[in-house]
Amino acid sequence: MSGFRTLFYKEILRFWKVATQTVAAPVVTALLYLMIFSHVLESHVLVYGRVSYTAFLVPGLVMMSVLQNAFANSSSSLIQSKVTGNIIFVLLPPISYREFYAAYVLAAVARGLVVGLGVLLATLAFAPLAFDNVLWVLVFAALGGGIMGSLGVIAGIWADKFDQLAAFQNFLIMPLTFLSGVFYSIHSLPPFWQQVSHFNPIFYMIDGFRRGFFGISDVSPWTSLAIVGTCFALLTALTLAMLKRGYKLRN
Amino acid sequence: MPPALRVDRVAKRFGAVTALAGVDLEVAQGEFFGLLGPNGAGKTTLISALAGLVRTDDGKIEVMGCDVVADYRNARRQLGVVPQELVFDPFFTVRETLKIQSGYFGIRDNDDWIDEILANLDLTAKANANMRTLSGGMKRRVLVAQALVHRPPVIVLDEPTAGVDVELRQTLWQFIRRLNRDGHTIVLTTHYLEEAESLCTRIAMLQAGRVVALDTTANLLQRFSSHTLRLRLAPGASLPPGIKARAALHDGVWSLAFQHFEEVAPILAQLSAAGCCLENLEIGKPDLEEVFIRVMQGERGGMR
Ligand SMILES: Nc1ncnc2c1ncn2[C@@H]1O[C@H](COP(=O)(O)OP(=O)(O)OP(=O)(O)O)[C@@H](O)[C@H]1O
Ligand SMILES: [Mg+2]
Repeated sequence: MSGFRTLFYKEILRFWKVATQTVAAPVVTALLYLMIFSHVLESHVLVYGRVSYTAFLVPGLVMMSVLQNAFANSSSSLIQSKVTGNIIFVLLPPISYREFYAAYVLAAVARGLVVGLGVLLATLAFAPLAFDNVLWVLVFAALGGGIMGSLGVIAGIWADKFDQLAAFQNFLIMPLTFLSGVFYSIHSLPPFWQQVSHFNPIFYMIDGFRRGFFGISDVSPWTSLAIVGTCFALLTALTLAMLKRGYKLRN
Repeated sequence: MPPALRVDRVAKRFGAVTALAGVDLEVAQGEFFGLLGPNGAGKTTLISALAGLVRTDDGKIEVMGCDVVADYRNARRQLGVVPQELVFDPFFTVRETLKIQSGYFGIRDNDDWIDEILANLDLTAKANANMRTLSGGMKRRVLVAQALVHRPPVIVLDEPTAGVDVELRQTLWQFIRRLNRDGHTIVLTTHYLEEAESLCTRIAMLQAGRVVALDTTANLLQRFSSHTLRLRLAPGASLPPGIKARAALHDGVWSLAFQHFEEVAPILAQLSAAGCCLENLEIGKPDLEEVFIRVMQGERGGMR
């Protein structure tokens, strides 16, 4: 058990030591999105008939930051350790594959939540936020971070080089996040794209997360919870199976 | 008392390359054991298999009686490995690195032992330096330190002295010898054969994934190497035929192998009787380099 604790602590320490890059930079990026999009759209759009566009955008940006940073944390830590070879320091000790998984994913969730909180605090100045139900906020942030943290573990183990990881990020993670309703409510989309969005798990994470702020959402938060929860369970099972086999790590 | 290491018919292939072709080996507790072989012989692969870093295709490995797959937690607790590659985590200082490594093994308050290791490896002054700022030799010392944080009874060192200066070699061997005297089993790979000869009590030689020699250092030396009398003749002198028949010429030096020192005096007597003038005369001890070369050339010299 304490192997897990140390690995978790090490992963936290790793990003915290370079917090300008891993925390401050993504907060600034999110702020830039907010300023640009709200400047252009604020006067034109009212979402759900009563929410100002800026207020609507903030939770989307917070969740997007949680997701992207959770993915970045586990994937970049693993690929760096693999490329430099220091991954053996965690492969030599008596750490089980479950502890390994838990440590990397929880650290990824932690980084996501820290950045998300940073974005939330930084954007408070732009739009007063209501909290309809903090529980939804926390549940979807944690599950979303967990899903992306797991995907990061898979990508970090699968990729042999940094550019393979970048491809994973640019062709899978980025499109899925951007097309999930961060910047818009999918009800404003043509019916075809609304249908397509329903196949994107990230849509449900963001929709459920927003529900916690506004008390309104595109689909029921329970549906979102079921879908997001199932995704997390499946990804966890997949990642654990990979780690148990020692895929690319013990070979 | 289980052996420190038991390697039983271990095989490992990487694609078309057979890295280990059925290796059998046993190292008793408290031994100082040498694992020798040319580049690509499979030494690092064998060590990786012991440490659970690669999955073997066949065979079974135990560390202090614990199976490295089925009982990996206990097996890994008993084993400290100094890897061949110079790896480090650039995010941390030396002390952080060692504290984190202790934590991975479930050891929380390890500062006294960490200080002792640092002192013994002459790293105390660098304890709070970032890993990135260390020289290659110092990084190597930190790797040794990392392998020792959990006081493993079995310590495996994969070419620990590559790229390390003379002074550290001395300190390192002093420290490792002390650990061995305190009961730790040491397994060492190195390409410095004098080092292996002076340190290891027993040696295995690996070639193309097979054990081709396995015996005590003394027996190997006796079997594959001998004392030699090396003669450089004065210009114009030549060896009497009786001696020339059993001598070999190499770079202008004649070598004669002999088993007992009593043989030397008659040879010298014969030379002076023949009026053969010498420019230089040396007696060479048996050495591991000769053993190594002869074993690698395929001599099995009554290997048991
Ligand atoms: N990960 C790998 N993938 C493919 N081939 C490998 C891998 N690791 C080792 N090999 C091959 O297995 C063989 C044994 O390599 P190994 O590193 O065990 O040799 P070694 O005895 O440690 O050599 P050296 O003295 O150079 O360190 C070599 O032919 C090597 O090319
Ligand atoms: Mg090697």
